[in-house]
Formats: sequence, structure tokens, C-alpha cells
Amino acid sequence: MSNKENINEHDSAENSGEGIADEAKNDKGLGLGVIFFIVAFAVSFVAGTFVFPELLYSTKEQPFSFDHVLHVDEAGSCDTCHFVREDGSFSGIPKLENCMECHEEEPMGDTEDEAKFAELYVAQEKEIPWHVYSKQPDCVFFSHVAHIQSKNEGGAGMDCIECHGHIGESTASRPYEENWLTGYSRDIWGKNIFGFKTHSWDRMKMDDCAECHQKETGHKGYCFQCHK
Amino acid sequence: MKVDRRSFLGLGLGVAAGVAVSPLTVKLTDDLSIWTQNWPWTPVPVDGEVTYENSVCSLCPGSCGISIRKIKDRPVKIEGRTGYPVNDGGACLHGIAGLQYLYDPARIKSPLKKSGDKFVQISWDEAISEVADRLSEIRKSGAPEKVACILDKDSGSVAGLLKRLIKSYGSPNLFTMPGLESYLELTASTLHGQDMTIGFDLENSDFILSFSAGIIEGWGSPVNCFQANASRKERHAELWQIDSKLSNTAASADRWIAIKPGTQADLAMGMCAFIIKKNLYNASVIDSHEFARFASKVQNSYPIPKVSEITGIPSAVIKEMARAFIKAAMPVAVFGRGRGEGSQSLKELAAIHMLNCLAGNINKKGGTVVRSKSDYLSFPDESIDSIAKQGAAKAPLGKYIHDFFEKVGTGGNPAVEALLVYNANPCYALNNAKFVKQAIGQIPFVVNFSSFMDETAMESDIILPVHTFIERLEDVPSGAGLSKSVVGLSKAIVKPVYDTKHPGDAVILIGQALDASIAGNFEWESYEECLESAAQNIWDELSEEGFVVLTAGASREKVNIDAAFLADNSETVQIKGEGELILIPIDHMRLPADSPSASPFAIKTVSDDIIKGKDSFIEINPQSAKGLKNGDYVLVKTSVGSAKARIKLNEGIMPGVIGMVRGLGHTFGNKYVSGKGSNINELIAPVIEAGSGLDAASGIRASISGV
Repeated sequence: MSNKENINEHDSAENSGEGIADEAKNDKGLGLGVIFFIVAFAVSFVAGTFVFPELLYSTKEQPFSFDHVLHVDEAGSCDTCHFVREDGSFSGIPKLENCMECHEEEPMGDTEDEAKFAELYVAQEKEIPWHVYSKQPDCVFFSHVAHIQSKNEGGAGMDCIECHGHIGESTASRPYEENWLTGYSRDIWGKNIFGFKTHSWDRMKMDDCAECHQKETGHKGYCFQCHK
Repeated sequence: MKVDRRSFLGLGLGVAAGVAVSPLTVKLTDDLSIWTQNWPWTPVPVDGEVTYENSVCSLCPGSCGISIRKIKDRPVKIEGRTGYPVNDGGACLHGIAGLQYLYDPARIKSPLKKSGDKFVQISWDEAISEVADRLSEIRKSGAPEKVACILDKDSGSVAGLLKRLIKSYGSPNLFTMPGLESYLELTASTLHGQDMTIGFDLENSDFILSFSAGIIEGWGSPVNCFQANASRKERHAELWQIDSKLSNTAASADRWIAIKPGTQADLAMGMCAFIIKKNLYNASVIDSHEFARFASKVQNSYPIPKVSEITGIPSAVIKEMARAFIKAAMPVAVFGRGRGEGSQSLKELAAIHMLNCLAGNINKKGGTVVRSKSDYLSFPDESIDSIAKQGAAKAPLGKYIHDFFEKVGTGGNPAVEALLVYNANPCYALNNAKFVKQAIGQIPFVVNFSSFMDETAMESDIILPVHTFIERLEDVPSGAGLSKSVVGLSKAIVKPVYDTKHPGDAVILIGQALDASIAGNFEWESYEECLESAAQNIWDELSEEGFVVLTAGASREKVNIDAAFLADNSETVQIKGEGELILIPIDHMRLPADSPSASPFAIKTVSDDIIKGKDSFIEINPQSAKGLKNGDYVLVKTSVGSAKARIKLNEGIMPGVIGMVRGLGHTFGNKYVSGKGSNINELIAPVIEAGSGLDAASGIRASISGV
């Protein structure tokens, strides 16, 4: 259709008084649009808040369940297995050889999990592929010793619980919720998708580090302190 | 109610607003940023316990002690070992980049056999039996002397095993690549007697007179030299550098004396003549008929004005140098042009060392150390059968390696049926490299023990890939002009990355697969067992401490000084060829001249006025450049080759002289070093020195023309 024809059509509509009826029709459309907007907004918001987190994380079981309470009772404290090495580096999750310092060829107890440990890992000399709840990206440098050493020794004098929570009081390993995109645990962002937290150990994001640093040292810290 | 365009707009806006207000946007943005850090090609080092292991670097003859930082069994960094008697914590750029050699693109990943123009992978069993069968066949034909062997150096247990193999087999044709240590031994045997060597106490000397030795360009044990040079200011020690170019060493020196290329021997003889004439020398150390002959010869043949004319150094400067040298409390004259490798003149080496003798600095603090060659290895006596005796009694194909290639390359029938090459790259590193390559091409069966592909490996029929220094246990004796004699223990820090073997094990396996009379000389279970028994006198200390100091400080041995060679050989090797310019090689610390070639890290540190893109540079004095500008392309032509290069104008090089850096122009498959620049060794022809038989070319006449 040419421009000329368009103009002619428009002119004829105005002349016949049909323009008012058209506007009323348009208002109805707007009302429906508002309803569509509200419904879509509500559905999207609910989906983004409640459905999306369920889709974002997959649940994985640990290779076998680990009883922290039992081990703390037997071994003493966290740092028996999760120790700081002589050079100040942190050992992290114990390697098989650390486990073998107590566990020998034969199981020490009679649980199904220990049998699995002996059969699948000890006998085959294979490292246990634990899913680590607190694993952070490799570009972050974090010194455990600087945080756990007492204040007299120049450290922050923190307790393991402040970041890791009461994991030492668990009697079984909870499922590991893995982020499909990043591969890291849900524990890092925290259970609350909005990022709200009740306890210091509910989240382990950079903002949480900065918040504590602001509180304790008066400064959030500089990029290169952790990103080396 | 009609669903129209506005309804859809409302729906879209609602979805967008709902999603934006929900945590999804922020969370997804955060996750995506982390996702980008976790792409599969992003290297993430394995976490684990940090440990350090001590070892010894054998990338060059410097033999520095190193400390390798490992994280969970993976070596991640090489540092200098503190307290090691050679380098005390220091390390050079090649050493710190040593881990790159583990994964070098030129590494040979399994035994290879040449099939047509290509190499095919074979198993170790096949490779060893191929070599043993061929060697047995040649031996059965009654000509064991037709098997030759080229070693990178003459010391250490792996060289000891190869020498044992060749001796048991029955060939007199064993050659080593020309290195500083071999020249020091040759100079010592010429002036002081057989089985002696020379070291320089640079760290204590108060006056170092360097005859073109690249003290900070890789001469000797590089880190030891850096440290000695760095401490000069504190010690108030002077360095005078005699060089045709304002090298880094000359720039760091107190004085730079420019000299015409190839005239260092004349300068040293002239200085000797002046010192003797003025009776400034230490007479107590030299008192013989031969010395009197030498004294009268130099005084007649090397008057200062003549020496000044030959060398281009003003007479007054020559006298000033001679006086400053002889009057210093702890002077030392250092010889070995550049790195002290490649071609050198025995007359030059001996004449310069005669200055040390005249100064009376032999076995004195800050002077030179003359001592017997360290011999800490004792292999059991070999049983030699009659075939071996007959073969070994035949005349070798030359005294030095260049004679060998001359005979192999120019003879009609193959003078050599099989050649074993260990850790050497003669097709690249020797003068007239193209001729050497062609000569090796005429040998029917070439076996190469090498960790990396290189120009010589490319010409080989069988390549036996060996562990790198990070993957193997080995004794590493220091040499290279150190004042002390140290043997270090290189350790297997990491499991072999590829299907390689220890060269010692490969030699033992070949020996065991040969005739019973040879196999009987290789009755070790492994190289490790062999090393432990051969080095039994020092093994406990060596394995525990990682090194043993065999001799330190001044030797108490009585040292004779025999000037007969210098009295009899007065002719200095002239620079040959045609052209108005003289092309000289320039040794550069960042570019190894031999095997292995530079690591990717090292090559990246070379400045773009040495190599730019694929082009080498020719350094030339603006006076000789005839209007050429920086960056202009020229063709450098000599009697043996030509190469395209770019111009680098440099007022720090003598007029009439052009220089090209050594260590470029590799031609094998390694994208980091191959196809970059030109190999100067292809442009220089050997010049044989009368009297010694050495290839003594210090350069070659050349011409340049625009392209």
C-alpha cells in the first residue's frame, strides 16, 4: 500500500466519526495488557525466586557418608585432620594417606560406609573424590593460617565455625548441591537465593569476606590481597 | 475481550520486570562470571603440599645447584640452591625456565625410526635390538673402527658408559664437541702436562683481564660468573675487557679495549714480550730452557709497535694493560672467546695463560687454579676381545671432531658405517654446519640419544629419547673454569613425562645386547646400580648432600710450565675468506648456542634488535654501513654460505666488523625457536690451526649487499 492510500484511509476514518470507538477499544487493550503484565510479573518473579534455584543446582551424594562427630571424638579437634603444614599452607581435605595414619588395612568399625571406604579406596589406593562444600575458584588466594592463628601471633584468631559452620557436629554427609554453571557448591552463595544470611557461615562470597574485613580491620581489603 | 498487541507487550514487560526483580538476574550474572573462569582450557594448578627437592641443572656446563619447588609431586618452579658451591642460590634464565623443557614441543615422545623421509614410532625393545643388530653386523664384518661416537662432553658417568661401549666394541673414533672444559684441559696439557685442567678464581681476583671471554654472556659457569662480576665493586676489583664489540661484559667492565677480531693471541704474545723485556714477571716460577726460547722468540717477533698494528690497539694502551695486569695483587687473565666454546685457537689460549704464568698467579688466591682432572668415577676394568683390540689400534678419523666430519664428508666409500651421537647437535653447532649435515647424511646408520628433536636428530636413523635432567639421576661434574671442582647429583624429580629412558640405561641395554665379550662389561641391573658402584668412594656424601666438593682453593700440586708449544708455534690463525668485512659470532646469554635450544620463555626475552619476526640482525658500525639504515635488509655472503638479515647500526662494534648472534636459525619442528633468524655457524668455515689441529676460526671475511 502506498503512502498516499494510507493518508486517505486515515482521513476517511476521522470523517466518519469512528475514531472515538477505536480509542475505547484501545483502552480495553491497555487494561488487558496490565493484567498480562501483572500475571507475567508474578509468574516470572516466583519462577526466578523459587523455581530457578531448584533448576540451577543438581544434587550429588558424597562417595560415602562421613561422621564428623565420631572422628572428632576419636581424633581430638578439627586440626588433627585439617591441619596447617609447617610452611603455613593448609592441608584441606585429608588425603588417603592421612586417613591411613589411623585406618589400616582392616576397617575400625562396622559401618557400611567404612566398608565402602576400605573396599573402594584403601584397597585400590584411590583418593576419595569428595565434593568440597567450601571449594572456591582458583583465582582466589586464601590463607587459612592467617585467619585461624591467635591474635597474639598476628592472626585473626577465628574459629573454624565462623566460616564453615557446625560441620564438625555432623554425623552424616549431607548431599552436595552443585551449581550447573560454575560447578561450585550451593554453600558458597548460600541457601537463600536473595543472599540474605543469618549466620556468618551461611555464605562464602567475596562480599562476606569484605564485610568481616571491614568490621575487623576497618577496610574491605584490596583486590590483590586475594586475587593474585 | 480481545488479546491484542498491547496484551503481548504487557506480557513481555511483565516477564522482564518479574525476572529483573527476582534474584535470578543477579545470581546468573554472578554465576556466568565464575563460569568464564572455569573454561576447560584455563589451566588450574593442582593444589597440594609444597615441597622442595635439591638437584643439579645440566642444561649447560655451568652445573648449578637447583631447588625445585613441587606441589603434590608436580614440579612448579626452579630456584637456585642456597649454599651450593657453584651458584649459592643464584639461577639463570635458562635454569628457572628448565621446567618448560619437560613439555617442550620438540621433545621426542617415544623411540623413532626413520622410514623414508619420516619418523615412525617403535618400541624400546625394537629400538635397542635395531641398534644392537646393526652394531653386531658391522663388528662381524671385522671393522669395528667404522663405528664412531660423538659426546657432548668428556666427563660424567653417562659419557663414561658410552666410552666404555666404544672401547669394548673396538673403535678409536670417539669425539667430543668443543667446549670450554676441553679447551681448558688442552691448554693445561700444553703448558703444564697431561690430565690437568685450569680454573679461574674470579670471585677473589682484583684484576680480571678478559680476552673476549663473555664473563656475563654465558662463559664458564654463568651464574658463578655473574656473582663474581656483581661483587667486583665491593671488592674494588677491576675488569678490563678486550673485545671487538662493546658486549654486555665490555659495557659492565672498567675498561673496554677494542681489538681486531682474531688477534688476541698476538696481543697476549706482545704483552708477554713487554713483561719479559721489562723484567716484570715472576721469575721464580719460570726457569727453563724452553722458557728462554719462548722469551727470545716473543721479544723478537712481537715488538709493541707491530702488535699495535696487528691488533689495532695503541702501543701505550698495550703497555698500560701489561703493567696494570702484572702489577695487580691478584690478577687473572681469562681466555676462551665468547662462551669459550666453538672454535678456539690453542696459541691464543696458551699465550693468554702464559700471562697468568708470568704473573705468578698459578694456584694463588684470585689467580688460576691448575690441578689434575677430577676423577671420582671408577668403573671396573673392561675385558677387551681381539676384534676390539684390532679395531682400537687403527688410526682414528682425525684428532678433533671437525677432522672427523672432513673425512666423512669428503671420502668416497663410507669411512663410518654407524655413528652414535649423545646430547650433541653438531649439524647446528659446528662451523660450516651445512657441510656437517651433509657429512652425517653420508653415514648409513646414525643413532641419536636425545631428549629433543634437533638438526642432528633429524638426520638420524634411530632416535632413542632420553629423560631430561629433571627426570633423571645423574652425576653432574662441574667444569667450565671454576676454581673448585664439584660433583653434584641430579635427581629424578618427576616421573618421565613420555616414553623415554635414562641414557645410561639405554647404553647398558645396547651393551648387553651385543657380543658376550661386550655384554660382560655391562653387567649392571640398571644405570642407578652402575652409578652407585662407579662413584662408591663419594656415594654416601653425594647422595646425602647432593654434592661433593672434590677440590677447593689453590691446588698444592707442583705445576710445571712448559713454553715449548708457544716457542715453536708463532703463526697466528688468520681470518679467511673474501669480502671487505669480517663476520664474527656474538654469544648472547639468552640464546644457547648448542643443544638444547632456547626454551619458549628464554626466546621471548631476546630483544627485537637481535631477532624480529623471522629475521636475524647484523650489527655494523655506521662508518662501514655505507648509508644503510637500521632495519634495512641485506644479504650476508661468505665463502660457505649466505643469509638474509637486517641491519642494526651499532657504534659499539669496530668498523669493518659485522656481528651476528649465535643460537638462532633452528630448522626443526619447534614453533618457538625454529625458522627464526639465521644460523651463523652456516656462514663460518673452519680454519685449521697449524700446530694444534684445532678449528680456530674466530670469524670469516664477508660482504653484504642490499636485497
